Amino acid sequence: MKFFRYIKNIFLGIWHLLQGMYITMLNFVRPKLTEQYPENRGKHVYFERFRALLTMPHDENNHHKCTACGICMNGCPNGTITVISKMENDPVTGKPKRVLDKYLYDLGGCTFCELCVRNCPFNAIVFTNQFEHSVFTKERLVKQLNRPGSSLAPKPVQKPEVKVSNGNVEGPALHKGQPVPPEKTQTI
Amino acid sequence: MWSFSELTEWIDATLRSLMGDGWALFVEFVLIGVAVLVAYAVLALILIWVERKVCGFFQCRLGPNRVGKWGIFQSVADMIKILLKELIRINRSDKVLFRMASFFVIIGSICTFAAIPFAKGLQAIDFNVGVFYVLAVSSLGVVGILLAGWSSNSKYSMIGAMRSGAQLISYEISSGLSLMAIVVLSGSMQLSEIVAQQADTWFIFKGHIPAFIAFVIYLIAGHAETNRGPFDMPEAESELTSGYHTEYSGIQFGFFYLAEYLNMFIIAAVATTMFLGGWQPLHIAGWDGFNAVMDYIPSFVWFFGKTFFCVFLALWVRWTFPRLRIDQLLNLEWKVLMPICLVNLILMAIVVIL
Repeated sequence: MKFFRYIKNIFLGIWHLLQGMYITMLNFVRPKLTEQYPENRGKHVYFERFRALLTMPHDENNHHKCTACGICMNGCPNGTITVISKMENDPVTGKPKRVLDKYLYDLGGCTFCELCVRNCPFNAIVFTNQFEHSVFTKERLVKQLNRPGSSLAPKPVQKPEVKVSNGNVEGPALHKGQPVPPEKTQTI
Repeated sequence: MWSFSELTEWIDATLRSLMGDGWALFVEFVLIGVAVLVAYAVLALILIWVERKVCGFFQCRLGPNRVGKWGIFQSVADMIKILLKELIRINRSDKVLFRMASFFVIIGSICTFAAIPFAKGLQAIDFNVGVFYVLAVSSLGVVGILLAGWSSNSKYSMIGAMRSGAQLISYEISSGLSLMAIVVLSGSMQLSEIVAQQADTWFIFKGHIPAFIAFVIYLIAGHAETNRGPFDMPEAESELTSGYHTEYSGIQFGFFYLAEYLNMFIIAAVATTMFLGGWQPLHIAGWDGFNAVMDYIPSFVWFFGKTFFCVFLALWVRWTFPRLRIDQLLNLEWKVLMPICLVNLILMAIVVIL
């Protein structure tokens, strides 16, 4: 009996080894996952939420949406963002008003946590997929996001949906991407 | 089928007409030596590239693909790199043995390489005890490995060398016994004679079940002897850094590396010669048209085709099976493979008598 078990175990072992070889052969003939980077430049599609570079979108009239409120600067955990503002007279009302002078972004210190984009009440900054960052000196990693000569986009006719309640700024941007709090369920 | 003996006889006749017999023989020896060394080096480069490419494919990646088209010059670049590296002197090592060990390994490998019949009429060494010679010379590598481990004054190398001594000497037995099965079948130990007998049917078909069992056992034992696949105990990158050649650098490491790859080729080539008909084309009795077509394919294509099939099998096994522990490894040899081999030898004798 023991002898038959010995023989049976040998054949069972061989069968299991062959099963393993079948699986590796499937791997061998499968299309390869390797992305060949410099060749697939411009062809490869990155996923939507890929965060690579902070940018400030400008429209065709060289307008951006940044009001220089500084929420992003204060919210940044690494001090990556520096918002430099200046006072200017509003051409409509004639009153002095704070406008953006320079929006400096230090790529070298950024951890791509996206707190700045989520906290921006005006959707003035976004992350893009452009990931080719390498430069030769550390100083060149500091980028100015607003274009020269750009200005704040004029207010639309309707007032923007910014309400002030209990001292908190509540805008549409604030809740973007945040999970809806679950409803209370009764537990027995 | 065109024979390489026409070429070699023409060279012999030309040399003898130009100079005396002694000098002609001397020039021929030098030519053969150079040819074997060049073939050895070129095959090693090809094998390293094939191995890296196939390994990559098994792991769902592309392997080397930067140097040349599909990375075909990758191993040439590696060779240039390894030739330019410094030979590091190991403190308090046995200098003479340390330098000698890598030569032992590679000389054993080259001597075995020279005995393989590559094509019709293309065989450098053809003894009447060819199988015996192959087994004897290929085990010279164990001496080199033991010396390398002993002389390099390192714990890792020492353990690797001891493991490899245990492993290689054990697996010599079953590889020898499985080749004996074919020697029983053919009645000859001469490699050219063994190949010539397989002109009609390869031994793996002619020998029925015992030949097939011997083939499988020879491949298993061969993988173990080349320190590859699931049997890489002597090198054991994960626990011994790289075993017996941990302390080597530059071209001396290159010698170990070359010998390892060429041993893989030699095991495959001996398996081809003994079981798969060497350079003989595939003939099926009765199919005369098919046989005639097969004869048009040159003999070295047959040989290298079969050999690279065996090499691919080795790589396939390497990336499939989990590694064995050293005691499991020796259990496998002494408790499973060797008894099967002995029974198989008796079975083969019965097949031959009937």
